[in-house]
Order: sequence, then structure tokens, then C-alpha cells
Amino acid sequence: MSTHNIPHPEAATAFLKDKERVQWHDETLWFVRYKRDKIVNEIPEWEQLRELASQIKDHTLSRLDEYLQEFEAAAISNGVTVHWAADAAEHNRIVHGIMAKHGAQKIVKSKSMLTEECHLNEYLEAQGIEVVDTDLGERIVQLNKEMPSHIVLPAIHIKKEEVGEIFHQHLGTEKGASDPLYLALAAREHLRQKFLAADIAITGVNFAIAETGAIVVCTNEGNADLGAHLAKVHIACMGIEKLIPRTEHLSVFLRMLARNATGQNITAYSSHFRKPAAGSEMHIVIVDNGRTTQLGREAFRNSLKCIRCGACLNTCPVYRRSGGHSYHNATAGPIGAILAPNLDMRKNADLPFASTLCGSCTDVCPVKIDIHNQLYQWRQVLTQEGYVPAAKTASMKVMASVLSSPARYTFAGKWARKFLRWFPSLALNKKLNPWARQRDLPEPPKESFREWYRKQASGK
Amino acid sequence: MRVALFIPCYVDQFYPKVAIATLRLLQHLDLDVHYPMQQTCCGQPMANGGFEHLTGSCNSNFIKAFAGYDYIVSPSGSCVLHVKDHLHDDKQEAAATTIRHKVYELCEFLTDIVQVKSIKASFPKNVALHQGCHGQRGLKLASSTETVVPFFSKPLQLLKMVEGLELVDLDRPDECCGFGGTFCVTEEAVSSAMGLSRIDDYTKHQATVITGTDMSCLMHQEGLIRRKKLPFEVMHISEVLIAGL
Repeated sequence: MSTHNIPHPEAATAFLKDKERVQWHDETLWFVRYKRDKIVNEIPEWEQLRELASQIKDHTLSRLDEYLQEFEAAAISNGVTVHWAADAAEHNRIVHGIMAKHGAQKIVKSKSMLTEECHLNEYLEAQGIEVVDTDLGERIVQLNKEMPSHIVLPAIHIKKEEVGEIFHQHLGTEKGASDPLYLALAAREHLRQKFLAADIAITGVNFAIAETGAIVVCTNEGNADLGAHLAKVHIACMGIEKLIPRTEHLSVFLRMLARNATGQNITAYSSHFRKPAAGSEMHIVIVDNGRTTQLGREAFRNSLKCIRCGACLNTCPVYRRSGGHSYHNATAGPIGAILAPNLDMRKNADLPFASTLCGSCTDVCPVKIDIHNQLYQWRQVLTQEGYVPAAKTASMKVMASVLSSPARYTFAGKWARKFLRWFPSLALNKKLNPWARQRDLPEPPKESFREWYRKQASGK
Repeated sequence: MRVALFIPCYVDQFYPKVAIATLRLLQHLDLDVHYPMQQTCCGQPMANGGFEHLTGSCNSNFIKAFAGYDYIVSPSGSCVLHVKDHLHDDKQEAAATTIRHKVYELCEFLTDIVQVKSIKASFPKNVALHQGCHGQRGLKLASSTETVVPFFSKPLQLLKMVEGLELVDLDRPDECCGFGGTFCVTEEAVSSAMGLSRIDDYTKHQATVITGTDMSCLMHQEGLIRRKKLPFEVMHISEVLIAGL
């Protein structure tokens, strides 16, 4: 199901084999970035909004314990049952426990990256429970037995012709049909049956408001509302970082989220859930799963400000050319690369290196997470903790020794240039030197600048 | 005003012509320019590879080489950014701090410190500017397309002073080329794909010369260009700014 343990460079190399598809993937996501640029430029105070959003989140994280308790108390007084989960396993057990209490067998679930992170679907399916993802993109990848490749656009790696084939196999649409409207109507018909039959609806949470105990869920398809209103039980799953202090702060984030994510003014639905309807139940599961550890790592704390707009994925030139699955985690791209090592350094040691540190992610981030600096910092941590290959450490030590001494550096530089002139075929060996697979080496000049400069100076 | 020339190690070894162009450009502006022979490397290759803890001796050597100058100028946004962000030394932190504040990338030095208003260079060609990311987003040599701020670009400001030079507009004016230091070998496939996308953009807009503020980005793109035997000329911005002088 997932591509665990294939290091990013290998997975990316495999993805890049199909040049036409890569170009399509790159251009599709670049178009989302283009739409985003267009719409944020209609807001002259965009940079002020970013600063405000960043400060609200920084403040919330600095008093997270207090806001969590305030939120819990408000939610309980609204008649909501609040659960606390220390990790993914506990989260899954809690959800299953609620289902067992109700004898529920069928679940509809709107988009929730947290439940992807916790692998809730696999867990429930192993217990014989049917889980249907109701977000169209999520449903496509679910039917195709894949992970989402993007946090906002889960099926962005799949072309419409392939969706046609998946729907033909699973939903009985006409073979070869790929008209988006036809396929969307088929999905709608299929999902309506699932909504009507569901015992329980699970939703994610975009924002949780401490002062009111309310949660806000943003969708374009209205699937969160349909699920939560039709089923007798609504379970909302959220990470502890989803909190904002007050309702008024929502106005900052709702102005930014959809604009930065997809270039829309606002999502079609921004649904507020505060209390269960008469005769229904509402549960909120608040999950840590490594977040307090991240909160304790000063250099990485502000990664918890993320509102999951996905703009850093769209803008990332590496993501666009390696695909979401190459990041082997529920959350891909630059933000995934700074979140994943917190959960498991060994498994995710490749990810902070899957970047040129170009900084586009940082500039596009609506809450000013210094993503590229954190990638740099993770590299230092992973190296210090021994998660990089021994050969790399050895070669870096040699490099540091040569490059820090004028004598050794001058000597090595001279011989490197001679070597390149004398043995160009060895230097251009594609196996020994990955540089040379698609690139020529620079023509080695006879003398370095310092040699030239010294001659000039002595000639004067 | 005593100006020290900071020439990145790979420029010293592989692109002496870029260092010479930078020196001549600064001398042409009547500046008192010196090249401290003690200098080697700023330590960025190790640091970006996750080995900042091995850069201590590069840092102390850098401080020894560059202490005492009024300005330190380099034809590389990336190396300057590394020095600005990461040059520290427990034994001489005050000196390190002074250097972090005195180090400038060539273009920003010309626009902000020297405040060049005209350049006599002449270069009647179609030129595409590749804006190196570390210079652009790190040193803020130019506004980035992600942010909502008034447009500015120090390299463009200078290129516009060159007689006859036609700047071509690119579809993606500030997309990374994929060099990324050790990234260019550890993630060779993505790196090359990114570079080839840049080259497609230059081709589409009929540029004949590719220039930029960082020779490392240009070295990577030049490698791809030469392998494909494409007809582009690749030149550092310092070479363009002294053309015809």
C-alpha cells in the first residue's frame, strides 16, 4: 500500500522515468501555484495577514496546555464527549471503541490527514469495518489502494483516464469513459448510498476554537456536512495543534487557507460544529502522536503552526518532480519532510535531504514556518544522531580538512584540475560520478584564480 | 574603502574568469580591491550536507583571511548567505559578527553600497537571468513571486544598465535550477530534471545567453547544456557587466 523504506532519491528516480507524466505532474501543480499567486495578489495586506496568522499560532503554541483545557471544558459543556489519545494506536482504539459501543459496521470519513497519519483505515478494516473516504480524491486513491500523494489534492498524481479505469473496475462506469462530469456524477451516486447507510461519520478538524469548544471543517464537496448530519454519531479527530484561541481568529485563517491552497477565495463549505443534534452524539478525539515532542524541540516547534494548505508542496520543485509517494509518509513535500523525522528519524532520514533549500516553501507558507531552515537543522540533527551513511561522514571529514587549510586546498585544487584534464573519461564515468549521468563537467582551467592573481601581483 | 574579494573555492579552481571579471568590474569602479590569499572555502558544502559541526576550522580560517576589511564582496549569493547565516567562532565571535555584517554579494554591493547609477558595458544579446535562490530569497537580492511585495531585483537593475542587452521574460522567473550543493549528486535525477526545465524555459523564450548571480547554479545548467550540445552561452553576471569594457 505504501512505499515505505524506499529512500527518496530512488523513489524519485523511478517516478522520473515517465518523462511525459512528470511534466504533466509538474505543470498541473504549477498551475495551482499560479492560481494561488493570482488570488493572493488581490489582497494587498497579504503579508500582514501572514504575520498575524503566524503570531496567533505562535501564541497558541506557547500556551497550548491552557488552550487545550479551555477547549475541552467548552466542548464538554456543549454536550460533546472529548477523548485524549497519546499516540496513533490509542487514537485508533478510541475510534473503534466508540464504534463497538454502537455496534457500528459502516463509516463514512471526510478528509483527515490525521487519520491517514494514524493509519485508521487499515486498523478498522482489519476489524471488519467498512470505511469509505468521501472526499472524491481520497475515494479515488482508496479504491486504487494507495496513499494520498498530496494533503489537499490526494489524487493529483492520477490522470482522469486512470480515474475512469478505476471507476470502471469498482463502480461499474463505462469502460474508457474519462469525462470528469460523468465520473463525478458516478462518484456522487456511489457516495450517496454510502452516506445513507453509514452508522458513524468521521471528520477531520481544520480549526478548533478554544473559547467556544467548536470545530471548523473546510471542504469543497460538502461531504463532511453530509456525513455528520446523516449519521447518528459524529467523531471529529484532531491533532493538538489545531487550536486557535478565539472565533475572531478564524477570520484570519479562513481568508488564507483556500487562497493559498488552491487559489479559491474560500472553500465551498466552512462548516462549524459545536454541539450534537438532539438524539445524536458528537465525539472529539484530541491526538498527540509526537506533537508534544516536536513542541519541545525548539528549532522545530513552529512546524506545528501548519494549517495544511499544501502550498509548500505545490511550489516545491522537488515535490513536483518526485511525486508525493516518494516521501513515504501521509504528509509529503517540504512540510512532511520536517514533520516526519520527529516521528521516526531512522525511517525518514532521507527526507530533509530531498531539498535544494531554495526557500520557496518558506516564502509561500501562510503562517511563516521557516521550512527550509528546519530542513537544514534536521540535516544537522540526523547527522549528529548517526542517521547518515558512514561513507558520507568519512568523505565530509576529508573535505573539511582539505577545505579549511590554504596549503591543502591549493594542492588538492591543482591536482583535481590536472586529474580532470588527464583522465576526463574517468571523471565522466556515470557509475562513479552521478554528476556525469546527464551533465558535462566544467572545462578545467590551467590555472586557478589565485595562481593568476599571484602572478599579476608579482608582475607589478 | 578597502574591499576584500571573497572568491568561492569552486570559482577559484574552475571559473577563474569569473573571479577576474569580478575583480576588473570592481577596479573599474575605482575601488581598492584585495584578494586575501589565506581564503579557502566558506564551509557551505559540509554544512548543507548536515555537517556544520565540521566547519569550525573553515570558519576560523575565513575570519583570519577577511578580518580588517571594510567590505567583503563575492560573486556568489549562496556562499555569502552561508557566511551571513552560519559564520561563528567561539574564540573570536566578535570578529565573526563583524564579518557577517560586512559581507556582500556582488550585485547588492554595487546597487546598495557603491550605488552604481550607470555601467558602460555593452552586450547586445538576448539574456535570461537565472536568479539563484539563496541570493534571491536568502539575501533578498530580488522579490520572490511567492510574496506580495513591490517588485524589485538588484541583478536586473544592473543588467538594465547594459547597453543593447535584451532581457527575456521567463515563464517561471524564480524557479530553482536544482543544483543544491550535494543535492546535485545525491538526488541526481531530480536535480537534472529541474535543470532541464529551466533550460526549456530559456529555449521557449529564445534566450541566447544565460546569466546569474551564482556560478554553482550556472555550472550545473552549463553541464546539462553542454551534454545536450545546446547553443546557449553561460556567463556569470560579472562577465556580462564588464562586456565591452
